Amino acid sequence: MDWINAIVQGTLLGGLYALFAAGLSLIFGVMRLVNIAHGDLIVLAAYLGLTVTAALSMNPFVALILVVPLMAGFGYVLQRGVLNWTLGDDILPPLLVTFGLSVIIQNALLEGYSADPQKLNAGAIEVASANIGGLAVGYLPLVMFLTAVLVVAVLQWIFYATALGRAFRAVSDNQDIAQLMGLNRRHVFGLAMALSLAVTAIAGIFLGVRTSFDPATGPARLIFGFEAVIIGGLGNLWGTLAGGVILGVAQSIGAQINPGWQILSGHIAFLIILAVRPRGLFPRMDG
Amino acid sequence: MPEPVLDIRKLDAHYRDFQALYGVNITVEAGEVVAIIGANGAGKTTLMRSISGLIRNRAEQITYRGQQIGALRADQIAGLGIALVPEGRQLFQSLSVEENLIIGGRTGRKGAWSLQRVYDLFPVLQERRNVPSTSLSGGQQQMVAIGRALMANPDLVMFDEISLGLAPVIIRQIYESLPTIVGEGMSAMIVEQDITKALSVSSRVYCLQEGRVSLEGRTADVSREQISAAYFGT
Repeated sequence: MDWINAIVQGTLLGGLYALFAAGLSLIFGVMRLVNIAHGDLIVLAAYLGLTVTAALSMNPFVALILVVPLMAGFGYVLQRGVLNWTLGDDILPPLLVTFGLSVIIQNALLEGYSADPQKLNAGAIEVASANIGGLAVGYLPLVMFLTAVLVVAVLQWIFYATALGRAFRAVSDNQDIAQLMGLNRRHVFGLAMALSLAVTAIAGIFLGVRTSFDPATGPARLIFGFEAVIIGGLGNLWGTLAGGVILGVAQSIGAQINPGWQILSGHIAFLIILAVRPRGLFPRMDG
Repeated sequence: MPEPVLDIRKLDAHYRDFQALYGVNITVEAGEVVAIIGANGAGKTTLMRSISGLIRNRAEQITYRGQQIGALRADQIAGLGIALVPEGRQLFQSLSVEENLIIGGRTGRKGAWSLQRVYDLFPVLQERRNVPSTSLSGGQQQMVAIGRALMANPDLVMFDEISLGLAPVIIRQIYESLPTIVGEGMSAMIVEQDITKALSVSSRVYCLQEGRVSLEGRTADVSREQISAAYFGT
């Protein structure tokens, strides 16, 4: 029973990792940008949630109404003002600039909020659970997982059933020819980053409700996000969800064996999959 | 004389690090089909990329319907009604056939061309509308590329090497469709290495050689000898 419990809890935890990863996957898919600051942007969203909940004394989930558009707006400005200038044939400039951005965000958060761990308080939902077939399934992890499924489904729908998604795919395929269709790639990239940070906002709020966070929490979230994306296969959003679940299950099984092995076993699962399937489990056909 | 649709004056353009065009003057009148011929490296593709805005130049070097467009971005120029059928088709591989056509029409310009009209011109595309564009044959892909440009209802459409790599029967089929396409007042610029094909559908011709216009004239007036001299620089 403990093992089944570990798998169920790991699966639900995987939803959070998929939320970490979805924005990363989206940005890489549209503009081949590896956003090193992604983890720190998640933490930034959590702090933004902290400020909003404190100022307006509202539930962190209600605060999403403000945090999501604020992060999306920030994403658009960041892309148009900074990141667009780094994109080109050379893959190094975006890496360096987002790495710098990561350092800047961490230090700005340290300056503004101190190094004390913080937490978002969502009230009773944090400890409430349902008894399903003898397993205690927490409402929060369940909501987290269902949110991840919903986010991936919505992103998938945007990508494959809307004009915006068509523009994302066209620009991703061939930037020059997309320009000839009247698409301004700088604007399209701005919209993609806005969408990415909107997802990041949701991830940040769940992160803050689930565990305590501090300004240095970001890089580890980036690693989990990366691992979920790579396990699932680049450019495949449902694969990213599967990757998050695999990572979560591996971690919780590791923790079941020995509590100290939680993080390690996630990394080991990642390395095994990378060794056996270098392109991930569900790579897109054209990779 | 009415104002030309496209007026290129003293265009110096660069391809990557070297200069590919030197003081090129070209005009295209309304409803006219102009052929641009020349050997590999003569500057034909640089000319197309300059007109469509993929290479940006000085504003006054390219005038389109009275507006200086030399310095505009490609997406701005697309909105003004210039479309390019690029060399090598260059379809969006993650879009279906129909999505490739729809995105061609996203500038929202009004005109005779619609999805249905493109399907009428190339019925095979309607049958295969939902398949990925990569699963089509080369000739069918070229039809999509042409349809995608027409969906923008352009005033000027440029065809860059549309016969390259296609079977002769397909090339004939595509060239037979050209009069339908340009018969409605649309101006066209045809870039080809296959000179006979280009001359057969055009009323005027420019020959480029090493970045300069080495010959221009009415297609009916230029002789084979003149063309080969202008083409090879003999």
